[in-house]
Amino acid sequence: MVDIPSTALVPSVSLQERLAGETAIQVSSCFQCKKCSGGCPLTFAMDVPPDRVIRLALLGQEEMLLGSRTIWVCAACETCTTRCPNGIDIAGVMDWLKEEAVRRGQTLPQPEVAAFHRFFLESIRQAGGRLPEAALMRRFTLFKLRRRPQARELWENFKLGWALFKRGRLRPVGPAALRGRAEIDQIFQKAGS
Amino acid sequence: MKVSYYPGCSLEGTAADYAASIAGVAPLVGLELAELEDWNCCGASAAHSINHQLALELPARNLALAEKAGRDLVVPCALCFNRLKAAEKALAGSGERQPRGIKTWDLLDFLTQEAWLAALSKKVVRPLAGLKAVGYYGCLAARPPKVTDKENWENPQNLERLLAVLGAEAMDWSYKTDCCGAGLAVARPDIIDTLVGRLYERALAAGAEAFVVSCQMCQANLDMTQTRISQKFGKDYYLPVFYFTELIGLALKHPEAETWLARHLVDPLPLLREKGLIG
Repeated sequence: MVDIPSTALVPSVSLQERLAGETAIQVSSCFQCKKCSGGCPLTFAMDVPPDRVIRLALLGQEEMLLGSRTIWVCAACETCTTRCPNGIDIAGVMDWLKEEAVRRGQTLPQPEVAAFHRFFLESIRQAGGRLPEAALMRRFTLFKLRRRPQARELWENFKLGWALFKRGRLRPVGPAALRGRAEIDQIFQKAGS
Repeated sequence: MKVSYYPGCSLEGTAADYAASIAGVAPLVGLELAELEDWNCCGASAAHSINHQLALELPARNLALAEKAGRDLVVPCALCFNRLKAAEKALAGSGERQPRGIKTWDLLDFLTQEAWLAALSKKVVRPLAGLKAVGYYGCLAARPPKVTDKENWENPQNLERLLAVLGAEAMDWSYKTDCCGAGLAVARPDIIDTLVGRLYERALAAGAEAFVVSCQMCQANLDMTQTRISQKFGKDYYLPVFYFTELIGLALKHPEAETWLARHLVDPLPLLREKGLIG
């Protein structure tokens, strides 16, 4: 759990106003029923449970949220968003925070999750519109190896890759580029990716 | 009946077994799938996590293609379905696009409409008698209902109704829409072990011998990890993970049904042999 210092908090409305302006999500509707955290299957891996994420957003505690592990281990299962009695898109807040953390270029507590997302998007663009699964896996495996070489994990991945290949489920050559490849490129460019 | 079909990237690769079973079953039930021409990746979890604009624009291109094709769009992947619906809602809300009378369906919902099930029940030639399975829906075909337009998101019944029509026994359990964490399967496999391990335990406690799924992310996550999770927790799990389309194929005696199943990592054939459902 993140230790929330009770005396040092300087509340600010700037974060809730940005959220409301950019995403139409009103964290100020929260009445702390904690239904989000009650139904969240990932709390065991989080440092800040979802109800506290909303509370901290309400209090404008950006740094605490942007540096939290929670936003990266959220599996986007949408249970919290679905069950919130006040219609707060809690998973949407998690997404907004992830994007903001990446935009600020800050150190991320779960670099492998962020890297996987980034490689995923870059792979789509490079392949011309569809995801080349094998290329993405190769790239991510290399990334993990450079960070923390683990012979056992590498062997397990290799075995899985081979098992899939034998069953015709891993195409070594990725999907062909789309006719609309230029359109895809434009979409990426416009989105600043 | 002819519909537009958006397979999504993984059905061209790791979920080739799902794709083959869909292609095999569709003509048997009278569904003509016209693959959307030049469709692109929906951006999946990656886009909505770190670039919300891509998460709208990538699916929006597919929606535009579907509108041009002019038929309802059927999507077998729960994640693609969710992203297409989310883009549809966002674009309609911002006034950039008005829906032009086509509907986006997830494949399970489409094929389990009452009329389709009624037609299907007349075509069953090999009831899957004795097969006890839990229906596992996962997250994204249903949640959040504001996006998916689903009416039954906490306790859906489509898979149960389908299993009944196919002659199998659907076991009741409380974890049918719990998350398996598939989006984290590559980056945080340790988290998956906990989530999926719990699903195995609850499925067994419900008396199930197998899972039935409609999402290839769930299938991969429950199937590919089974040996690893067994080893980690000192168990000997054997819970084959069927796509619902594979079970339709089995019950309708599609000649290739066994070849689809042979592409799973947890081999379902021993279970089916024991039940006298193949061979």
